[in-house]
Parts: sequence; C-alpha cells; structure tokens
Amino acid sequence: MVLVVLALVLWGAGWWLNTRLAEGPHSGTSAVRLAIPLIFGATVLVMWELVVRGLNVPLVILPAPSLIVVRFADSIPILWADFVQTFVKGALSGYLIGCGAAFLMAVAVDRSEFLRLGLLPVGNFVAALPIVGTAPILVMWFGFDWQSKAAVVVVMVFFPMLVNTVAGLRETTAMQRDLMETYAASYWQAFFKLRLPAAMPFIFNGLKISTTLALIGAIVAEFFGSPTLGMGFRISTSVGQLALDMVWAEIVVAALAGTLFYGAVALIERYVTFWHPSQRR
Amino acid sequence: MRQVLAVLAVVAAIVGLWYLACIPMNMQGVLVEAERAGAQVSPPEAAARREMGGVSLALRNGFAIPATWAQERPRLPAPHQVAVELWETTIDKKITSKRSLVYHGWVTLSATLLGFAIGTGLGVLLAVGIVHSRVMDMSVMPWAIVSQTIPIIALAPMIIVVLYSVGVQGIIPKAVISAYLSFFSVVVGMVKGLRSPDAMQLDLLRTYNASKGQTFWKLRLPASMPYLFASLKIGIAASLVGAIVGELPTGAVAGLGARLLAGSYYGQTVQIWSALFGAAILAACLVGLLGLIEKMVLKRMGMA
Repeated sequence: MVLVVLALVLWGAGWWLNTRLAEGPHSGTSAVRLAIPLIFGATVLVMWELVVRGLNVPLVILPAPSLIVVRFADSIPILWADFVQTFVKGALSGYLIGCGAAFLMAVAVDRSEFLRLGLLPVGNFVAALPIVGTAPILVMWFGFDWQSKAAVVVVMVFFPMLVNTVAGLRETTAMQRDLMETYAASYWQAFFKLRLPAAMPFIFNGLKISTTLALIGAIVAEFFGSPTLGMGFRISTSVGQLALDMVWAEIVVAALAGTLFYGAVALIERYVTFWHPSQRR
Repeated sequence: MRQVLAVLAVVAAIVGLWYLACIPMNMQGVLVEAERAGAQVSPPEAAARREMGGVSLALRNGFAIPATWAQERPRLPAPHQVAVELWETTIDKKITSKRSLVYHGWVTLSATLLGFAIGTGLGVLLAVGIVHSRVMDMSVMPWAIVSQTIPIIALAPMIIVVLYSVGVQGIIPKAVISAYLSFFSVVVGMVKGLRSPDAMQLDLLRTYNASKGQTFWKLRLPASMPYLFASLKIGIAASLVGAIVGELPTGAVAGLGARLLAGSYYGQTVQIWSALFGAAILAACLVGLLGLIEKMVLKRMGMA
C-alpha cells in the first residue's frame, strides 16, 4: 500500500515539475521540449513499477518494467535473431520490393491520363482495406519462411505508396512544365529535373506510412505460421506460455525497430527535400 | 463519366489478370486430377511435371485450362468462385447459421464499432485536453506521435490472453484492441484540427470577449471537423484490422478473423478469399458511411 501511495505522490511531483517547466521562462527551449516528455515517460514507468509491486500484480497480468529489462538483457541473442528474421528479412526486403514496384508502376501510370483517372480511386479504396487478411493466403503460397512475410509486406505497402507517388508526380504547375517545354527538355529530362524532385515530399510521405505498415504486416503474418523464430512467432508462443515479460521485451524491440525505421526515412527525407517549407527550421 | 469508365476499365483489367493468374497457379493440381480421371496429360510423368512451371504446363495442356477455374480447393480461386461463395454464405444461408458470413461479419463488426466508439471518444477528450493545457501538450503529444510509428497491433495477442486470465471474454478484449488502434490516430488528427483556426480568427473571438468555452464550441470544434473525419476514416479501418487480428491468437470460433484462420488450417482457400472479401466490403462500407456523414456535416456547415 505504501508503494501505491508513493506512486501517486511521485505522479503528482512529476506533473508539478512538468507544469513548472512548461509554464516557466524557458519553456520554449529545445532542452525543455525534450525534458518534459522524458520526465512524463519516466514517471509512468516508475509508477508502473511501484503499482505492480505494491499491489502484487501477478506476472501473467502485468510484469514490472524491471523484470522486462532483465528479460531483455538476458535474451538479447534470441531477440536479435527474431529481429533479423522479421525485420531485416521479412519487413525490410518486402518494403524495398513493394515501394520500388509501386514507384515504377506510378511512373508508368503517370504517362496515361486515363490510367491515372482509373487507378487513383481504386488504389485509394484498396489502401483502406484490411490487407493483413491476405497473410494466410500468402503463407500458403510462399511457405512459412520470410518469403511469405515479405510478400505480405509488398501487398501492404504497394497501394499507399502508389497513390502517394501518383499524386506527387502531378504536383508541378502548368507554368513550370511550360518552362521545361521552352527549354526543349525531353520527357525524361523534365521528369528527373522537375517532376521527380517536386514529387519527393509525397513520395516520402508514402515511404513513411509504409514503414509502420511493413512492420505490422511482417509481425501479423507470423501469427499465421512461421519458422520457430521471428517477432510475431515469439509473441504468440510466449503469450501461450504466459511468459509476458518475454512478450513485453519483444514489444520493446518492435517499438525500437519501428521508431528507428521511421526516423531513418525521415532523416533521408530531410536531406532530399531540404528545400521544402516543412523542413525549414 | 470518364472517371467511371476509367475505374471500370482498371477493375476489369484486374479481374482479367486474376483469371489469367489462375491458370498457372492451379495447373499442377488440375493435371493431377485429370490424370486420375484418365485423361491424356503431357508430360505423363508426375515427377517431370513437378519440375515444370505453371505457364509451360498450361501451354502443353490447353484442354485443362477451363478446369483451373472450377477446382474445389484451388491455390487461387477464380473470381466467380469467390463471388458464388460470398453469395451462398451471405444471402442463401440463414443469418443465425454458423456458416453465414453475415453472422461472422457481425461478430467482428460489433467489436469494431464498440472499440471505435470508445477509442474515438477518449481520443477527442484527450485532444481537447492537449489543446487547452500546455503541460499535457508537451508531455503527452510527443508520445502520441511516436506511437504512430510503432506496430502497436503486436500487443493484441497479449491483451486477449491477459483479459481472459482476469475473466473478461467475448467482445470486450477485441473492442479494447480496436479502441487503442483508433485512439492515437484520432488524437493526432483532432489536435491538428482544433489548432487549425489561425491567429486572426482567434483574435477576432478575443475582441468579442469570448470565453474559452465559447471559443471552443464556436470556432475550434467546427474548424476541426475536416481533420476529425479524415482521422476517423483511418481509425475505423485500423479498428477493423484490430478486431480481426484479435480473433487470431485464441482460436476464436466466430468472426471474420476466425474464418480466415479456420480456412488456412483446413486449406479451404475459397473460404479464406470470401472472408477476405467480406472484410474488405465491410471496411469499404464503414469508410464510405463515414465519408457520407462527412459530406452531410460539411455541407450543413457550408464547408463543402
């Protein structure tokens, strides 16, 4: 009981500190902007630990953060193997193939007004569907190993990427295209010097949406069948064994992988579209 | 008109490609059946056939092509097979039947809608808090944004099992998954929407001596509607995926996810495809319905 009260006190203290920081004189600085969410996150973690210990919550309902950290540190080889299987082999290869194919398709579609008119609504429609459902079919076709996971990821990222790229390639104004015409630029010259750079913000939007979709696809596809490693496999089997600390460790890995993947794409975006208003500091 | 024509052309092309793809995908199985039935198959040895690709087999056994569209358990069912199965399991079966797709669809839909309502309600409340409190904005908002990059659906199996172990079963665990999947996208979209009035408009309300509440009801909330609907559409699609995935780990007996899983265990490909299309139609209807409401609301407000 003491621990629970302590948790509440700590929560109050953390909130008070954040209020002081947010409404204090330095609230605009980047250090404070970084500190406040970190303090908030740390308070939540400590509260979690204290409440779980204080109320003796059993491991099969909610393990304490300290247990998760210990489990994480103990099973780094397993987690790494799962990460390689699911992320590098499944998600990343599927992501590259899917986004690449969608990009090429978009470039081809862009040359025909009729195709673009027809494909955009269909693509928008398909992008809203529960495509993870194709996982059992693709697992049946491509086997249990990473190829089927990559296939699921390809199907998942294809349409969001296609729609965004097609929309981006239309981004130039008539004036800009006329200028290229007066320079006697060929189709491909105008494409590489004008329309592709103008499409980049849209393309990166598609790429960023696809990072999360790729991880979701690779993990969920493993629920339908996988070799005896992989993040989705580990989550579903550990849940079956009620080893929830392992599940949480795997979720930490998934969270880190997702954030870093997204961050990496956003970083590349910053270098490629440095000229865009959203990137100005 | 041109647009409708173009869409129809694209859909027709996809269906055509699908029929074509059935030929090489199903050829091996069809030839095995044809040989058993006593037909002349080339090459006659099963081992030699296994080495060959579907396309070259199809070229050498032209007579077997129609059969690739009528197999009982094809690797890739033809569109009309899926359509027939969909028709039989929705219209012909009684809704209460365990084999009716309407029944399974309702099991998934009810969890989706309950979760979506909870997630959206909480999401809007949190967004209102974030817009009005600087501390909440600075401490919660970064985490809400980060959560968008994390495959939080990976939590689904654990939520099912944990809630089961404390005695909660049935619709609630799936609704919880649906709720948190729609929650974060609604928070992020709604905060954007509530902040969309520009400084000029906010200043105008200040010159009217409007209170915070009045500013909220008369300016911020109406201005946020387009953003709210955009994130609602994303949220309901995510909710549906959550409900489907929530049916996988426990071996649920009812629901679209259960149909997918059962189909993949027993090799009932037509059943998988029809469940998949059932889910797709459901998602399309939900998103379409939201789009319709959006149009009506924005029209009443004079924004569309």
